[in-house]
Amino acid sequence: MASRTALQQLSRRATTLATMASPSRTAGFSTMTKVLHQHNSNAASNNSSSSSQPETHFGFKNVPESMKEALVKQVFANVATNYDIMNDVMSGGVHRLWKDHFMRTLAPTPGTKLLDVAGGTGDIAMRFLDYCKETHGDNSAQVTVFDINPNMLEVGKERFTKTPYHNTSQVSFMEGNAENLEHIPDNSMDAYTIAFGIRNCTHVDRVLKEAYRVLKPGGRFMCLEFSKVENPVISKVYDVFSFDVIPTMGQIVANDRDSYQYLVESIRKFPPQKEFAKMIKDAGFTVMGQGYEDLTFGVAAIHSGFKL
Amino acid sequence: MSARIFTRTNPSALKQCLTRTSALARSTRAAAPSASLFTFRSPLEAPTGKLYEGHIPISPLQRAILAVGSAFTALANPLRGDMVAALGETTSGIFLNRIRDQMLQDPEGRRILRERPIITSETMQLDTLRQLPDGTFGREYVRFLDDQQVSPDTREPVHFVDSEELAYVMQRYRETHDFYHTLTGLPVTVDGEIALKWFEMAQTGLPMTMLSSFFGPLRLSSEERERLFNVYVPWALENGSTSKLLMNVRWEEWMEKPVEDVQRELGVRPCPQV
Repeated sequence: MASRTALQQLSRRATTLATMASPSRTAGFSTMTKVLHQHNSNAASNNSSSSSQPETHFGFKNVPESMKEALVKQVFANVATNYDIMNDVMSGGVHRLWKDHFMRTLAPTPGTKLLDVAGGTGDIAMRFLDYCKETHGDNSAQVTVFDINPNMLEVGKERFTKTPYHNTSQVSFMEGNAENLEHIPDNSMDAYTIAFGIRNCTHVDRVLKEAYRVLKPGGRFMCLEFSKVENPVISKVYDVFSFDVIPTMGQIVANDRDSYQYLVESIRKFPPQKEFAKMIKDAGFTVMGQGYEDLTFGVAAIHSGFKL
Repeated sequence: MSARIFTRTNPSALKQCLTRTSALARSTRAAAPSASLFTFRSPLEAPTGKLYEGHIPISPLQRAILAVGSAFTALANPLRGDMVAALGETTSGIFLNRIRDQMLQDPEGRRILRERPIITSETMQLDTLRQLPDGTFGREYVRFLDDQQVSPDTREPVHFVDSEELAYVMQRYRETHDFYHTLTGLPVTVDGEIALKWFEMAQTGLPMTMLSSFFGPLRLSSEERERLFNVYVPWALENGSTSKLLMNVRWEEWMEKPVEDVQRELGVRPCPQV
């Protein structure tokens, strides 16, 4: 029976296929955490010089600074293919409204050169080019999508192939570390955006310094990031949603609870609005008023500064 | 059925009461109150800490979301083995307790619970089994594995059962699934698997088996459904309810017996071949 063979193949033990389909993704992350635990137990038992290595936070865990970048890379390699779906699931589609508002706040003028850092899947870059085209009828705006993670850039390139900007000079992709924009000359960009990326960077101050360096005088730095909810009632609901619903949805949609657990924990570890505004000022930017605007009760916030 | 043998269950119950979630996962929450008088479970707190390798403690709210989400995902995409497993674990609840208690009433079952054998390709010594004569249970089992190109190592480990002993019971239930195929002669087609779920439902009463039994046939063609309900299901219900509880069977010791003997001793007629 031909159908029986087909069915046999279809219903071969499900775990085999599930494991084969994603052996490296979740396995990679748990290998990373195993390495971490080993390192921690070694440091604890040896009490040696490894304890003098500076530590930083990775979600609620503490990890050596040198490892954080690799761990974050693993997280985003895991989530890259499901990134856009999960954004919609986690925010109920609201992230689109945030990004739209973000772009209207930036309000780019014709011919703007934008550096979109942690641009990954290209949401901001696309909105930028669409804004220039629709509001100003302008086709000379340029955006460089910059990301540390090649998987995310792949997804971004894939999405851009379906837009009219594909194969034009309007969009280009660059892989690199936001803390060291060595290939981008000083004073060369009109605008710098970083959306939902800066909290994953190990040294936020270095990112801000580099942003200041590459912007032209008069250039604008804008950051869209998750932030602190002040309202206690909403904060409680948000906590429940973050810690109960999101990792579970990550498990259901992407079979990856750990990556989404990291993502929600990293939000809690990022400095609140005022503190981050101060960090932006310390990097040399001039901020207007408070320097930030809350979105959705502080679930997200837009921080902005000018290089004057 | 509800009688507990306290010498067995008390240590683990006590341990559960006194362990609390580690700070690692929940630093934004208030610490749970100490457990001795605490009877109402907050839907937002995981009831225990990590109890065994692979255990992911989840709160009742997470459990509910995962149960519903995994049910729909597993139905839409049965190849998501992790979702099938998660559905089984989140809905198992008190039913694993019942299976464990039934195992405690049988000497072989008690031995299994005490020794906790696990089934991997090493512990089963597949190469040795291949040398057995045709018609023996072990030889047919390995033939089944080779035909389907699967191995006993690819089962998803248990994550969401909040008890170490019950996690083992769940694990054992999953690992012995292949033996059920060899015993009953059911094929690994979608309708064969559903028939086997009806069989397991008659045996264990796990909600997961019920969900698969009732919703699984939605994925079949009407011809397959007809065959399922006319041939397989009556056979499954009859044999599942009258046979010896298969969770009590120490399969590792039955490998050298001929398949017919095994079927006779366990009270299972081979499934009708269509």
